[in-house]
Amino acid sequence: MSERPALPLLEVEGLRTWVDGGTSIVRAVDAVGLVLGRGETLALLGESGCGKSMTALSVTRLLPDAAEVVAGTVRLEGSDLLELPEKAMRDVRGARIGMIFQEPMLSLNPVMRIGAQVEEALHRHRRGAAQDGAMPRARALALLQAVGIPDAERRLDEYPFQLSGGMRQRVMIALALACDPELLIGDEPTTALDVTIQAQVLDLLRGLQRSRGMAMLLITHDLGVVAQTAQRVAVMYAGEIVEVAPVDAFLHGPAHPYSRKLFDSLPERGRRDAPLAVIRGSVPALDGGFTGCRFAERCDHAFEPCRRSAPSLVQLSEARQVRCFLHDPAVAGAKVPSPAAPTAPAAPVGPVPDPGAQQGLAPALLVARDLQVHFPLRGGLLRRARGAVRAVDGVSLELARGRTLALVGESGCGKTTVGKALLRLVEPTGGTLSFDGQDLRSLGRAHLRPLRARMQIVFQDPYASLNPRIRIGDALDEGMRSLRPEWNAAERAQRILRLLEQVGLPAEARLRFPHQFSGGQRQRIAIARALSVEPQLVVCDEPTSALDVSVQAQILNLLRSLQQQMQLSYLFITHNLGVVEVVADDIAVMYLGRIVERGPVRAVLSSPAHPYTCALLAAVPRIERSGAPDGQTLPGDPPSPVDPPAGCHFRQRCPRAMAICAQRYPDPASLPDGRAVACHLHPAVPAGR
Amino acid sequence: MPVLLWTDALVFLLVGALCVFAWTCARSETLRQGWRRVASNGIGMASAVVLAVFVAIGLLDSLHFRPALEKPGEGGKVAYSVDVLSVLDLLVAPLRERRERTYSAPLAVVAFQKETVQRPDGSQVREFPRLRHGGAHLADPATGRATDVAWRTAGGLLLGLAAAALFCTAWIAAIARVRRAAFRATAASVWHDSGDAQAPVHWRAFLLAVSVLLVVAAPVLLLSMHYHVLGTSKIGQSVLYLSLKSIRTSLVIGTLTTLVLMPFAVLLGIAAGYFKGWVDDLIQYVYTTIESIPSVLLIAAGVLLIQVYMETRPGLFETSAQRADFRLLMLCVILGLANWTGLCRLLRGEALKLRELEYVQAAHAFGVSHWRIIVRHLAPNMLHIVLISAVMGFSGLVLAEAVLSYVGVGVDPSMISFGTMINDARLEMAREPMVWWSLAAAFGFMLALVLAANLFADAVRDAFDPRSTVRRTGFRIGPARLAGRQGEGA
Repeated sequence: MSERPALPLLEVEGLRTWVDGGTSIVRAVDAVGLVLGRGETLALLGESGCGKSMTALSVTRLLPDAAEVVAGTVRLEGSDLLELPEKAMRDVRGARIGMIFQEPMLSLNPVMRIGAQVEEALHRHRRGAAQDGAMPRARALALLQAVGIPDAERRLDEYPFQLSGGMRQRVMIALALACDPELLIGDEPTTALDVTIQAQVLDLLRGLQRSRGMAMLLITHDLGVVAQTAQRVAVMYAGEIVEVAPVDAFLHGPAHPYSRKLFDSLPERGRRDAPLAVIRGSVPALDGGFTGCRFAERCDHAFEPCRRSAPSLVQLSEARQVRCFLHDPAVAGAKVPSPAAPTAPAAPVGPVPDPGAQQGLAPALLVARDLQVHFPLRGGLLRRARGAVRAVDGVSLELARGRTLALVGESGCGKTTVGKALLRLVEPTGGTLSFDGQDLRSLGRAHLRPLRARMQIVFQDPYASLNPRIRIGDALDEGMRSLRPEWNAAERAQRILRLLEQVGLPAEARLRFPHQFSGGQRQRIAIARALSVEPQLVVCDEPTSALDVSVQAQILNLLRSLQQQMQLSYLFITHNLGVVEVVADDIAVMYLGRIVERGPVRAVLSSPAHPYTCALLAAVPRIERSGAPDGQTLPGDPPSPVDPPAGCHFRQRCPRAMAICAQRYPDPASLPDGRAVACHLHPAVPAGR
Repeated sequence: MPVLLWTDALVFLLVGALCVFAWTCARSETLRQGWRRVASNGIGMASAVVLAVFVAIGLLDSLHFRPALEKPGEGGKVAYSVDVLSVLDLLVAPLRERRERTYSAPLAVVAFQKETVQRPDGSQVREFPRLRHGGAHLADPATGRATDVAWRTAGGLLLGLAAAALFCTAWIAAIARVRRAAFRATAASVWHDSGDAQAPVHWRAFLLAVSVLLVVAAPVLLLSMHYHVLGTSKIGQSVLYLSLKSIRTSLVIGTLTTLVLMPFAVLLGIAAGYFKGWVDDLIQYVYTTIESIPSVLLIAAGVLLIQVYMETRPGLFETSAQRADFRLLMLCVILGLANWTGLCRLLRGEALKLRELEYVQAAHAFGVSHWRIIVRHLAPNMLHIVLISAVMGFSGLVLAEAVLSYVGVGVDPSMISFGTMINDARLEMAREPMVWWSLAAAFGFMLALVLAANLFADAVRDAFDPRSTVRRTGFRIGPARLAGRQGEGA
């Protein structure tokens, strides 16, 4: 509109942030430059430790004590934020830049009412401006309604603990929006949320951005989120921006080898039969200087110049930049591969067993019938049970030898409890449980021990699953010593070496302590530990959800090849449907302590029968962007397992609820393709039809 | 004849246990790193030196024996004195033996009170009599005292400085040998505390602390040959001697009490947190009950009980020292029983947290026994809490002894301790001119001990507490940024 090009809203130039790492200085952000126009959404994409959060914190000057901006400028409409005194900066934060953090539990003051917190934000930044409306409460109410909080009037007087995670994140967004900021910075705003809630929040952010013309800087590691919300994307690696591109172009053909690898390592349909592409090695340490390209060590296309000098950003087109010699005509010449070149096909792992063929033949290794785990709620003077949390409320499962059953559901649906109850790490309160024909529930602690050697578990958090004070070798030894007394010390030592080799760790790892390993390596150790006693069944409790995509691909490949070598059965607990598509043979979808749909993975995922499964699939942010997202996001939050709604548990959120749904819980019905569905849309056929 | 008092035995047992602990530390990487962090902390290193001096005095004072009497008893058997002495008593024999009749001020040559003295000519005068030992070598105390004291102090200072210089040189030379570096370079690196990056022991603080101690000790040593440096007590004992003897009492109370309370706190705390359910309920009821009784009352009742027990059995102890020692030991036990609840509560909370961690769950999945889970997985991960609270609790117990002795339920009145010193001095505070030196000496020594212990505890906590990992390498990048920006502008 104007003659001269308008000043961009946010302009970051040559930003360097160093962090005091105790023994060395970590260059977390190294000469980062970003430009963000008004009303634009820029996604900052990268794996953990690449400096994306530090960049955002540098922009808002909220760095921790140990970190400091060393060089660079951050201009908000031309004025350098790094030069402002702290007092002026406080007015910028909130009034002009709003922030949303990852953890909604930690971002709200637990002892202040929601309304008071919103009003405080309003008051803080509205002092000078015209007092529009003497009633801050009315404005707070309007804000809560704007972020889609139902029954906002009542919520104003509630405390944060009375709200669910999704609601809390909405309140956080309301706080960030309180003063109509021009720029909203979201630091992984949906990472801690379930997919259905994530879909709600992303919808909300998109809508707000459109209606208010706000610019958004979205920090995320999730390519799906990028595809759904951003207009432009900047990929960060090891403290540097390696690629800047419009989202559509980026999704169609990422230019940097690192970006391409990120796409390839995504677990997705169609990648079942071959191992996932992995990025070898790990992110380099940022405490030293680099001579060449930071990605060269892990890059398949690295050639001689990559190790000699560091590449600079190459302008590919008006809006695309990439930091790679392959795209630098001066260096690479004719070597430039097509941006969307498929990576070299990996060697096939071997034929995947046909799900249909083995069913019925192999006897079930693990059978659970009507499994229940109720945790009593105690209260009053004598601590009598007053009610129960029905964490698991009648779950039936079957798992055959050598197969993988995925247990899928949102957080709080009881899937982890099922996994622990199967191993009797949590005592089941009802139902039957048998392993290889033996009744598990009636066995005492001592009699259970022989069976423990045949079933093991891999946990979610790689940082909590290894004792920090025990060497890796001793940790691997512990289970064998306890459950395999027939193996002597020499044999155990031999086995430890073999286990480490199997999971791809060097032999000297056994002498080291857990803190000397990265998250992915720790997860390998946890897998080795579970396999040390030669189990037949391994319960994998979200084994990859704390890991980066590229590391996740490594672990999934490892689990698959181990399964083929050792004929393992996996119970794979996860919330990530992409992972399910890659690893599982069968799937069971859980909602509020019960299984709503169960069957072969391909059938369930391609034509889900239960409305909840449909909603779950629709909520997963997909990379293949087909115009607008599917529109239908599931409303509301899962109900509490203390008093589930009468009738079908899902009916309050179900788009296809009928009158009968409120009356009784549907009986599971068998579909012709071997599925079982508990929904009134698929009435159970009376026996002997 | 060597005498092994109960507390001696326990003190040396404790020293042995510490040696074992040191050996464990040397083997375990995490613990070694922690102690390295303590050693790289200047204040921690300096306070460790002060503490080490106190501990050395205490250990010397714990080697007890009964000296043989000059004349043999009947049947040619060697008879032993009823006095139980320690090696420290031998080393500072002049301090112990040169007694005055009653109070005298620090460095005085005459008594504190006027007395009626009979002149050789038969007349009686009231005057300040000359002390038997304090300044006895002076011909004319009125004029010679000031110069004599000044000379001795100056000489002591010089001697101390010389000793400090000698020590520092020898130490740096030793470091240089270990590092295979030149002496000059080593000295420079020690002064700028830029040792090798792996184990930056704060040698500068160490050497400074040792030097200061030497410079203080040497004049005291020289002066104490002919004077009572800190004055004398009511029965004419040197206050310096009393202070030195009190150190052992304090250390014994501080350490043995910790030893008594530790098993209760650790076992019950872990059991409560790990097993939960009725075990937890029971243990919680016990410690809540104990905590709701005022601890001074609890301790007083315990001490009185012991006192009655000992008085009804006079034949139980051969010497008065053994009797006093038994009471000291019992005081430790009683203090320990009254003090384990705090640590127990802390450990219970930690166990509640740790038992839910996934590595403990994994151990359950391996069928590992409860006992092994506690020993291998819970206890090592609580060690930092135990260590921190033990070192922090030490100073509190030293002070508690003083308070209890003051109230009259502390150690045996015949036992020398800071508490009894303060209790005795209390009565003289109202006098004019005031007898201040007993109190001041007890206060000064206790301050040094407790302050050193507290500072050391701080250093230990900083090094071992996983939550206090905010450490600065001391890099300042503010100016660098400015320089960079100026460069940009230019």
